[in-house]
Amino acid sequence: MNILSAHQIDKQYGTVKVLDQLTVDVPLGSIYGLLGPNGAGKTTFIRIANRITAPDRGELFFMGHKMRYSDTAKIGYLPEERGLYRKMKTGEQALYLAGLKGLSKTDARKRTAEWFERFEITGWWNKKVEELSKGMQQKLQFIITVLHDPSLLILDEPFSGFDPVNAELMKKEIRRLRDKGTTVILSTHNMSSVEEMCDHISLIDNSRCILHGNVSQIRQAYKSGEYELGFEGDAKLLEEVLDAYQCSVDWDAEHPGKARICAPEKAANKLLSIIISCVSVTSFNEILPSMHDIFIRNVKKTPRL
Amino acid sequence: MNKILIILHREYLVRIRKKSFIVMTLLGPLLFAGIMLVPMLFAGMNDHEVKQIAVIDSSQFFIQKIPETEQFKFTYAMNVKLEDFKKNLARTEFFGILYIPPYIAYTPSGAEFFSYRQPPVSLTMHMANAIEKNIETEKLKAHQIENLDEILKSVRTHIDIRTFKLSEEGAEKENHNGLNMFVACASAFLVYFFVFMFGAQVMRGVIEEKTGRIVEIIISSVKPFQLMMGKVIGIALVGLTQFVVWITLTLALVAAGQMLFMSNLAEKALQQGTTAGPLPAQTMIDGGGEIFSMLASINFPVLIGSFLFFFIGGYLLYGSLFAAIGSAVDSETDSQQFMMPVSLPLIVAMMVMLNAMQNPDGSLAFWFSIIPFTSPIVMMARIPFGVPYWELILSAGLLIGTFIGVIRLSAKIYHTGILIYGKKPTWKELWKWMRYKNN
Repeated sequence: MNILSAHQIDKQYGTVKVLDQLTVDVPLGSIYGLLGPNGAGKTTFIRIANRITAPDRGELFFMGHKMRYSDTAKIGYLPEERGLYRKMKTGEQALYLAGLKGLSKTDARKRTAEWFERFEITGWWNKKVEELSKGMQQKLQFIITVLHDPSLLILDEPFSGFDPVNAELMKKEIRRLRDKGTTVILSTHNMSSVEEMCDHISLIDNSRCILHGNVSQIRQAYKSGEYELGFEGDAKLLEEVLDAYQCSVDWDAEHPGKARICAPEKAANKLLSIIISCVSVTSFNEILPSMHDIFIRNVKKTPRL
Repeated sequence: MNKILIILHREYLVRIRKKSFIVMTLLGPLLFAGIMLVPMLFAGMNDHEVKQIAVIDSSQFFIQKIPETEQFKFTYAMNVKLEDFKKNLARTEFFGILYIPPYIAYTPSGAEFFSYRQPPVSLTMHMANAIEKNIETEKLKAHQIENLDEILKSVRTHIDIRTFKLSEEGAEKENHNGLNMFVACASAFLVYFFVFMFGAQVMRGVIEEKTGRIVEIIISSVKPFQLMMGKVIGIALVGLTQFVVWITLTLALVAAGQMLFMSNLAEKALQQGTTAGPLPAQTMIDGGGEIFSMLASINFPVLIGSFLFFFIGGYLLYGSLFAAIGSAVDSETDSQQFMMPVSLPLIVAMMVMLNAMQNPDGSLAFWFSIIPFTSPIVMMARIPFGVPYWELILSAGLLIGTFIGVIRLSAKIYHTGILIYGKKPTWKELWKWMRYKNN
């Protein structure tokens, strides 16, 4: 079941094609990473998903049905360009924006109080936004995004502006919401957080989706036969043997018992049996490519317009 | 609809609670009442300063012939030399000396007035008139016409032209041009003021949301059109609130001030024991009665109805344009290039309005009161003089039609503009935005 399906979306601003036949399927209950360089069309896609702009062609489905305007009440959106009314009091602001999402006053009040407690910011209710620090404002912003208990959360660069402690708190909350059944779309440039959190990704470049799927499957598919070896024995002998089998070795100068082996043609078992024949192995790990590498490799590949 | 109400509610409350709003709302009536009361106060003071004037009449011709008024009393000094009197003027209670030369009829500029303080224009005019009339009479007398006095009496009539307006049904209606012009000017100016002041507030509000980066969060919950309308209507209510408070407080203050004054004046009059002439308070009441009869000549249901309509219609038309401008720019300083074409029709309307008051049925006034961008102001200037219903309906219909069209275009520009940061759009780009598909 996909909570959000975008089917062959086209969007053009003047003569500039921003989205070209973009298809994205976001599985229910997942954390979905939306990756891509600046200007690839992510923000436009997110705005279309939020019904802020309309696609020129293509269709959107929400929980299996054709998306209606009323579905936006079930979406929580944290835009990249975000801010709050500076002169408005914190609590009032949360109530106002929750009201616009259709939450009743009593519900909004109750839930705001709950979230303020969870984030330990209860004392802020009557403070004006301009009195808060940037990190505090980001917290408030996150609360406002999730206040109406959306089934789909769309977060555009949610960790920017947070110190590591608060970024960790955000990650914890995002995972907690996912475990409660909320689907999360995460648009970010922070590749380590993608590896850490996302189940699925789409990589958008030049208005098209150039790569999509399950994160671990993608990393498996992009592996190039690199292994990290810990051993005891004759390093020279090992190098000679691996050389004979057309495998290259990188030595770690600081740690004499470590080596990085690149064996694109060999299966892991075969490689290991060769190594065991000359040294005793203490550790053997396959190195999966990082999302960072996969990102760069794919984005470079697509020709620039 | 419900969401427009939530937005409207916030826009209204935020502005009503502002210190600047509260100060302006309370200070405004003080200022207005002051403007209305201070001249009355001074007028009241002047009324009671009686000026004694000594007349040295070398021609011996005008003795006891210059009529006295409440303010000006004339004493005729005999056998006194002008030079001596001038030296001693400060020691007497006279305000000034009027010197009339022996052959004034042949030396028309020979009369002189000496005083320490600047004489009021009304005094010099009064004296000149009196001398003129007397000479005129004497010259006529020299022609030896029989029954001259009666003839003169019948010739000298003071003429007041009362103007009546005929309607097609044959009814006559008395016109009061002065009052009409006042009402016309005041209502047209109010519309102009309201459109500019609160239109600019709409624009500032939109820019604030845009630069505060809050707008994208809001339009992920509501349609941009709802946000725009909530803001425009919310600010309209702020404006109406301010006006209602202004008008009530001003009227209350003026009434209070007047009561204070009038009792003062009446008391003074009593103390002085003036027997001649009616009490000043009495005159005022009489004047009031006249004003009431004049007010009765204006068709108030039509005036108030159309004032509200053009007041709100004009504001909504321009308010949505101001919202579109606000959405297209990043800061108020960038808004200049788009403000110009929007303010131009308003300024033209003000200029035509001044003309329309003089000639409310002229073709200039007619056309500009039909054209929607100027009609709210120009039509208001015509209404106190009476406008045929078909013209009113045509003008109102066109205004509504234009309003719907303009608000659609504005909404399109607004929708695209609020999401575009960091560049100053050109007219060409605005035109492109109007054609984007948004929803």
